[in-house]
Amino acid sequence: MDDIRILEPEGLDALIAALHERGYRVVGPTVRGDAIVTGDIYAASDLPQGVGDTQQAGAYRLRRRDDDAYFGFADPAQSTKPVFFPAEEVVWRGRRDEGHFTVERDAPKDQAVALLGVRSCDLRAVQIHDAVLADRPFHDAHYVARRDGTFTVAVACGEPATTCFCASMGTGPRPAATNEQTGEPAYDLLLTEVMAPEHRFVLEVGTERGREVADAFDTTRAGQEAQQEAIAVSDAAAARQTRGINTDTIHDVLRASAESPRWDDVASRCLACTNCTLVCPTCFCTTIQDTSDLAGDNAERHRVWDSCFSESFSYIHGGPLRGDVKARYRQWITHKLSSWQDQFGMLGCVGCGRCIAWCPVGIDITEEAAALGRMATAAGAAS
Amino acid sequence: MTATATRSSVPADPMVPRRYVITHVRQDTRDTFTLLLDPADGQPAIQFRAGQFTMLHAFGVGEVPISISGDPSDPAPLEHTIRNVGAVTRALVEASPGTEVGVRGPFGTSWDVDDATGHDVVFVTGGIGLAPLRPAILDVLAHRDDYGKVLLLYGSRTPDDILYGHEMHRWADLNDVNVQMTVDNAPYGYKGKVGFVTELVTKAGFDPRNAFAFVCGPEVMMRAAATALNGRGVPKSKIRLSMERSMKCGVGLCGHCQLRELFVCVDGPVLDFARLEPLMNVREL
Repeated sequence: MDDIRILEPEGLDALIAALHERGYRVVGPTVRGDAIVTGDIYAASDLPQGVGDTQQAGAYRLRRRDDDAYFGFADPAQSTKPVFFPAEEVVWRGRRDEGHFTVERDAPKDQAVALLGVRSCDLRAVQIHDAVLADRPFHDAHYVARRDGTFTVAVACGEPATTCFCASMGTGPRPAATNEQTGEPAYDLLLTEVMAPEHRFVLEVGTERGREVADAFDTTRAGQEAQQEAIAVSDAAAARQTRGINTDTIHDVLRASAESPRWDDVASRCLACTNCTLVCPTCFCTTIQDTSDLAGDNAERHRVWDSCFSESFSYIHGGPLRGDVKARYRQWITHKLSSWQDQFGMLGCVGCGRCIAWCPVGIDITEEAAALGRMATAAGAAS
Repeated sequence: MTATATRSSVPADPMVPRRYVITHVRQDTRDTFTLLLDPADGQPAIQFRAGQFTMLHAFGVGEVPISISGDPSDPAPLEHTIRNVGAVTRALVEASPGTEVGVRGPFGTSWDVDDATGHDVVFVTGGIGLAPLRPAILDVLAHRDDYGKVLLLYGSRTPDDILYGHEMHRWADLNDVNVQMTVDNAPYGYKGKVGFVTELVTKAGFDPRNAFAFVCGPEVMMRAAATALNGRGVPKSKIRLSMERSMKCGVGLCGHCQLRELFVCVDGPVLDFARLEPLMNVREL
């Protein structure tokens, strides 16, 4: 769709207002405590203007930028995952009366979401969750209801952190225009924030309904040169990334690495704290918690995020099947980078780097993948 | 198209159970019980295929995956054989007739015994592993003439733990089934065979080149039995096993049952040994 415009920074409020007027709950990056998180956006002043982030293995810090960029950070500490897939929700509530019981589901809130400023990595993660939770023989009905009618204003990334490796995963820093699995448009509007020579946004329209929204606020028409300027921002961001995973070989490397000595090495560092799975935008494992009142007549089933790093995750009568931490790390990285491809025809990692930054001991998925690759090659050469 | 926040209707939720009422509880062994269930909503009982399971819900306590142990050609009442090993199974087996339970499913793959038509059929099982196999056995016996020899090799911990003992004798007497039993531990004076079920596999009389095997029991037992069957010449693709994993949803969403690329709840529980062997050989995969 060849509709490129320039949006002045002062126009962001009008964009947000246009979304509110159409009934959307607008969700985007905002500063809470000492982190950028995903939260409700009522005006441009809710965005992290002038705030940047510094991320490295085992560390995340905010910093004051020397400019007024609205999206001058790599990615929020928490992705958009909880917007459609909250950490806890009620599956159903039940009531028992004289031996009979009835079950009720909570109705989903009757408001569609507009994602404002979603990064390419997190946008890809939403597409992955669609494949896992919605486009399956059985779906997560709550997820499907929350995702329904989502409007997407993506923001191409110009500020990768040292932990980022989306370029190697093919998931960023500039989002693909279409979802490669479904062929559907990936976003309704795409913004690229340009800081020089003057602060402005290149706005690219992705859908007809995106055009309808874009027509509701002031923009100026632009041509291919504006798009080239936007692409240059993302290309520069890609060039700054130093980490990466070889996506051509990683599937087979992990297949061949089930008995690798590397698992003992990583298990000696891993605390099995589950942080990586909680910040991962694609991790989808859940458990069910049952609660009831003292009489046992009112009961609730809660779906809560779970982690393959917890000992109870693989528990069947008699004990956990993955008692050793090395088996749990192997399960996690093998699922992300290898079995996910068998299950869903795509990688389960988008290169956002959160698992690296939020690991208390700085375990680096790209480093582990590279080490496993080297060891698999060495073992292959030796045999 | 105008961008207006709209919602389509909420789709059916596979996590919402159907209400069934317990009509009968039968104690099979010291710790194992069979529950008979009828729909409480007046609708017909679910149709299922041999080998499938349901998620059974004890109100306010929790939900567990349990294989259906009844006859697939006669799905009412719905039958589950349950060993009392945890909070949910305890609530289920201690419930009195008239209690309502939740049922989701049936889920998962089938034994597909039709594939064994024209073959000798070898059922190898231990303990409560006989329960998930019972629908497959009943299916084979309903079409007994379509199959060659039918063997049931059954192992249990002690003579008191033998499940469906009377029924196994009936199958032997009336349906031309070669039933062989062994126990791991026997009291003084026990006259039957003592030893592991894999020892029965190595000696049983069937034609390995024209046999189909269905194996259900603890994972170590299944691996040993499948290896022994394959050692006698039964192809790995003709040895089917039913896997057990932690399951919270039964529909491939919760992630608990993953075995490398498999969601055991939807890709299994019944899988062939050609697929499973490399996965079963890795510790804690």
